[in-house]
Amino acid sequence: MVGPPILFLCALVGYPFLYGIWLSLEDRPVAHAGTFVGLANFVADAQDPVFWRVTINTFVYTFFATILKMVGGLGLALTMNQNFRGKNIIRALMLLPFIVPTVLSTIAWMWMLDPGFSVINWLLKYSGLADPGPSWLGNPTLAMISLIIVNVWRGLPFYGITLLAGLQTISPDLYEAATIDGASTWHRFIYVTLPLLKPVIFIVTMFSIIFTFADFQLVYVLTRGGPANATHLFATYAFDIAMGGGQLGMGASVALAMLPPLALIIIAMSIYMKPNKS
Amino acid sequence: MSVERGGWRVRALKLWIPLGAFMVFTLFPFYWMAVTSIKPNSELYNRKIMPMIVYHPTLKHYVDLLTETNFLVWTWNTFLVAVVSTAISLVFGTMLAYPLARMKFAGSALISFAVAATYLVPQPLLFIPLADIINQLHLGDTLTSVMLTYPTLLVPFCAWLLMGYFRSVPVELEDAARIDGATRLQTIFKVFLPLCVPGFISAGIFAFTLSQNEFLYALIFLTQTDVRTVPVGAIAELVKGDVFYWGQLMAAALLGSVPVAVIYSFFVEHYVAGLTAGAVKQ
Repeated sequence: MVGPPILFLCALVGYPFLYGIWLSLEDRPVAHAGTFVGLANFVADAQDPVFWRVTINTFVYTFFATILKMVGGLGLALTMNQNFRGKNIIRALMLLPFIVPTVLSTIAWMWMLDPGFSVINWLLKYSGLADPGPSWLGNPTLAMISLIIVNVWRGLPFYGITLLAGLQTISPDLYEAATIDGASTWHRFIYVTLPLLKPVIFIVTMFSIIFTFADFQLVYVLTRGGPANATHLFATYAFDIAMGGGQLGMGASVALAMLPPLALIIIAMSIYMKPNKS
Repeated sequence: MSVERGGWRVRALKLWIPLGAFMVFTLFPFYWMAVTSIKPNSELYNRKIMPMIVYHPTLKHYVDLLTETNFLVWTWNTFLVAVVSTAISLVFGTMLAYPLARMKFAGSALISFAVAATYLVPQPLLFIPLADIINQLHLGDTLTSVMLTYPTLLVPFCAWLLMGYFRSVPVELEDAARIDGATRLQTIFKVFLPLCVPGFISAGIFAFTLSQNEFLYALIFLTQTDVRTVPVGAIAELVKGDVFYWGQLMAAALLGSVPVAVIYSFFVEHYVAGLTAGAVKQ
């Protein structure tokens, strides 16, 4: 019974993975036969200043987006964990950024950040904060900040709703006991909520790190890695080299550069998630 | 926290203000999408007027989108691909999850580890070799290419979610059926699977929204307009060089989001259950 799906996954995940490693050791222009070059592609990556820029970009992007989603998501979960009317509808609406196809919502963000007609700049202008507003996607630092904001917008609901589900499993008895023992709201949060929520925060954060680190869609739609490679991530840079430049071997080597940090997280998570444990 | 002290001021500070801020941040882009899609170009590109509202709403962008582009073809492709990949993923997911949840066999620990690891491998690690493989199989520009590759993202997730669900169904029910003389297959199809329908809905909804969302494989494998999906079609064909057809783009973004949003709205609870299944053990 497990045979067919295992074969399927081996053929379309296992084999491509190994084939990708093989490609990274080849000089392989698209539609031509490859020649084995050993580690030459990786040596070339190490000497490529853009590659290092991409590495820094990816870490900066992942770090700040994850932190903001974690803090914001916790805030959202704590806010939603109170009693109020229309909670289910609000929760359903809150998840929309996560449900709607990312490319389509990112197009809306691109229009909101448009150099000529940005609604954000209109708000800045009419509230007297800045006139004219900045060129959000034209300035290297602002472009990175914009990407991080859009990533947070998209990922916040996942954090918030999952943490909310986690909060709801915490027994009210514990809060009651803590209150009787004289704990303040802040102490209840630090000594009851946070420790019990830790496993959930851990899993959600690991998920978020993996998929932020390997993000492609947001950058591809919003900046294509520009201006001047300031927002290229591993995935988009590998795409440019392999699909734009037709250098499959070089592209594969850039994509594989993601593997060491990801592998650590993936192995740790796979062991942690093994359902036998639960 | 059943008793609220301090009245409405505290309540506003702790609940309504943060909630309102989150709502504006979350929903404004959708409002902006909708407003832009019904603005005539004369308002769209007029910096002198207040952009938050529409003075002369028009459906022109929608009409243009539906008549001048292949949007309907893309929508159909997206839907077809999502349905087929979801079906494949549920079948394969069940074939993996049932033995892992119910039978003891050599290698089961290894398989469940491999399934979890496969689930977490992000696409950018695989797209270059896969592009080459799809080329060698002459599957480029066919919907088969994405129908084959989307399940690689979905099967591990479905298997993993269903495994948890299957374990929560009491074995005693199946034992009773076996004692009454049912064969193993009869037990699975007549007793076990009907009990798992909520699990299938959760996994199915999740797989369906993920297929609708997928972009990278579709971008690489589908380069002809008649096989494209909505996200790729919108990006590739509504942006011509430096010219952005913003009205049409927003109309496409809104219309493209509707099928997912409608299905999602019917099964919110199942979706949330699937979303949180991994992280929260209840």
